[in-house]
Amino acid sequence: MAIKIALPKGRLLEETADLLQRAGWGLSGYHKDTRLYRLGSNRFPALSAKVFHEKDVPIQVAIGNYDLGVCGLDWIEELLVKYPSSALVKVKDLGYGGGVLYLVGCISGGLSSLDGMGSSVSTVRIASEYPNLAESLALNLRFRRFSVFPLWGGAEVYPPESADLALIPGRIGESHFDYGLLPLSETLRYSAFLIANRDSWETKDMSEVLSSLEDNPALAPGKKASSPAPESRMSAEVGQSYSAADRDAVRLALPDGHQQQPTLELLVKAGIQVDDYPSLTGNRRPVVGLDGVVAKLIRPQDMPLQVANGNFDLAITGRDWVREHLYQFPSSPITELLDLKFGWVKIVAVVVKDLPVSDIDGLRQLGIERTVSFRVASEYVNIADKYARDNHLGSYRIVPTWGATEAFLPEDADLLIENTQTGQTLAKNNLKIIDTLFQSTACLIGRTGSVLSSVKRKRMDAIIESLRYALGGT
Amino acid sequence: MTPEQMLRFRFVEKAFRRCCLKWGYEEVKTPVLEYLNLFTSTGTLTPAMLSKVYSFLDWDGWSGQRLVLRPDGTIPLARLYIDNIADKKLARLFYTSNIFRFEETGQETRERWQGGVELIGISSALADVELILLALEVLAKMGIKSVELKLSHAGLVRSLLSELGLSDKEQARIFDQVLDGDSEAFARIKAERPDLGRAMVSLLDLEGRTPGFLKNLRALFGRSVPELVPIVDDFISIVELLDAVGCDYQIDITSGKGFEYYTGVIFQLFHNGDKIGGGGRYDALIPLMGGGDIPASGFALYFDCLMNLIEPAALAGPLEQRVLVKVEREAVKKGLDITAYLRDAGYVAELLLEGQQPSNLRWLLDVRNEAPSFIMHDSLKIKDIELETAGEVLTLLGESNGDKDSPA
Repeated sequence: MAIKIALPKGRLLEETADLLQRAGWGLSGYHKDTRLYRLGSNRFPALSAKVFHEKDVPIQVAIGNYDLGVCGLDWIEELLVKYPSSALVKVKDLGYGGGVLYLVGCISGGLSSLDGMGSSVSTVRIASEYPNLAESLALNLRFRRFSVFPLWGGAEVYPPESADLALIPGRIGESHFDYGLLPLSETLRYSAFLIANRDSWETKDMSEVLSSLEDNPALAPGKKASSPAPESRMSAEVGQSYSAADRDAVRLALPDGHQQQPTLELLVKAGIQVDDYPSLTGNRRPVVGLDGVVAKLIRPQDMPLQVANGNFDLAITGRDWVREHLYQFPSSPITELLDLKFGWVKIVAVVVKDLPVSDIDGLRQLGIERTVSFRVASEYVNIADKYARDNHLGSYRIVPTWGATEAFLPEDADLLIENTQTGQTLAKNNLKIIDTLFQSTACLIGRTGSVLSSVKRKRMDAIIESLRYALGGT
Repeated sequence: MTPEQMLRFRFVEKAFRRCCLKWGYEEVKTPVLEYLNLFTSTGTLTPAMLSKVYSFLDWDGWSGQRLVLRPDGTIPLARLYIDNIADKKLARLFYTSNIFRFEETGQETRERWQGGVELIGISSALADVELILLALEVLAKMGIKSVELKLSHAGLVRSLLSELGLSDKEQARIFDQVLDGDSEAFARIKAERPDLGRAMVSLLDLEGRTPGFLKNLRALFGRSVPELVPIVDDFISIVELLDAVGCDYQIDITSGKGFEYYTGVIFQLFHNGDKIGGGGRYDALIPLMGGGDIPASGFALYFDCLMNLIEPAALAGPLEQRVLVKVEREAVKKGLDITAYLRDAGYVAELLLEGQQPSNLRWLLDVRNEAPSFIMHDSLKIKDIELETAGEVLTLLGESNGDKDSPA
């Protein structure tokens, strides 16, 4: 009987690979440099494994695409707190990958405990990659008014200016976080878990595979330290330049990740100096060499929402994320100020190569003959939803993903909405493009309708003009 | 809802509305969509109940403010009162509305209908009793018998918990458990805390059927727990009034469900063990929502449960006379004129469409182009009557009014 398991990339990969090796699974190609998504086991020929972004694992197991999965309890609870009747069984605590989700706040924000926050009439803003847990926490803490900012990453840089609290992972017993953040409450202790789909658990004989993971001396971890070495910490002072900024300061959001280099090049060309960007130490609060301008590094995915909220005045993001935001919030006040012309990608609709369709009309025709819904996988949930709706795909489901979406076809999705530059990765994964939705480049965004002081207006205009000049405009 | 269910629904709604109007209550309606923050503060809904609300971001929800499908009727009504009619001071209001709560098992519907009544602006035992009597009258008018009334008191529950020496957090947690219908909550405290005095333990077993029982309590604790006295007195005055009007009740402290906003008496209505409604006093809710120091109490009846309890005989009622009208192609104008004429006169006139089988109605009217213009088939007396004018048709129907309506 075929057994399918979903395995994590990222933080749990090495220790999971260790465990499975000690259990004698003989998985070839499950290591940190792997580019493979689909793996077989020498010991259990009926077992097939697929590698996912860790956050996707509990969802894939709950919907029944996989019988078993390995992921952190934090992501399991993030799913279960919102969807308690998910078909998930927590089979076994694997004992590694331990950590704690902390609710943190900033000392310089004047916060030392959660007391009194609940009855506060002003809105408590919570930034987190775990929006469901954050909402549940806010309800249980009886916050009277709260907003949860769902994030793709970098939650620790939000308090105190861009959020009051952040829900972030840390090590057990951690008492100080980057940027002077203090843990105010320990929300959840987590470690790696083996999970099963409830139906598979009740009906499938997986005993051989499971017993290979049962405690025995051979499974004891090797000499490798199980907790990662402490990283260098950002001090509270790093944030000073931002926090101490005056009311008329322009708050600029700069991208983290692979857009840092071209962003820096553009800034240099525009004569805007930014120290410690990209940062070797992971500093998210670089210093901008312009009077009255402060900057933070956040994810480009999170920028449109943050600009719409007024947490930032200007941001360098991608048009793809601007559209994703505007499809969800059509009346959002964000606006594209400049096309920055780098980071070109096209957003495409993708199917497996051997599917006998060449365009979206063909796919729609195919849909008419199908009895099951189309599964549309994408990081761009709202773009994908609108695309499927506008093209009358009939009955469809959006499968949200957190990266490596190309691995979803064909077993776990029927259609992808993905970005690509050359299409090579797609071709390598035996996929083909059947439609191009739009092209995207980096852009500078701002907010319409803000009432600004003349000082701030001048400062913002100066930045926009310098960038326009650097782009070769007049 | 099917036509049959709608008949039941309207029957329940009609009985409810009539009673409310006769007691001097005015009807209102609140929006289905509300802001989540209306329901999140302490003193509104319990966290367990909040975890079952349908919440989402609006099309302009980039600030993160969430909307909900109304999970409760009282809180939106309190908002309506504060925003629009607070100057009236005393307000008697009622509503019929749907509320939405997630239900995991899939056994129950996630959209539930209820009729709610709120008496705002006064805090008195008589006001509470008015609501209880109104609820019972509505149920009686629906023909629902053997209704059980169970009473508790949120103030009493709270002060008992504080007397147990529990921390504020523990108190709140257990209060929520009690409200969430966890009748074991008190039993567990007893097991966990053997150090509690015997007398206090007996308090936790509060069940009784007379005010004498509450008076005993007052005598027992009046000295050691003085703050209990006004609460017990409030409770006593309510049950004494109920005794005076001959209303049966039972005191059961572990009642309530999911609503932290109760501060005084809580009453629940049961039929064969099923809860069909309930309510209570919530004096702190409107102050909490910024509406000033305004007391209030109210109740809701669960229409989905009540609909199933209505006897079919109660629904039958005097049916309107129905006439099926068959129209010749050449006589369309004449046919439609006579149906309009019949409807104006208070009959139900149904056109017989092509391919439609004649139903088992008593009257079938043929409308013809040539004389006679009308032939009425009376399937009860099995005869055909030829008529010329609409007036004659009406006369015939009028004369037969006393007959049995339908052959079926």
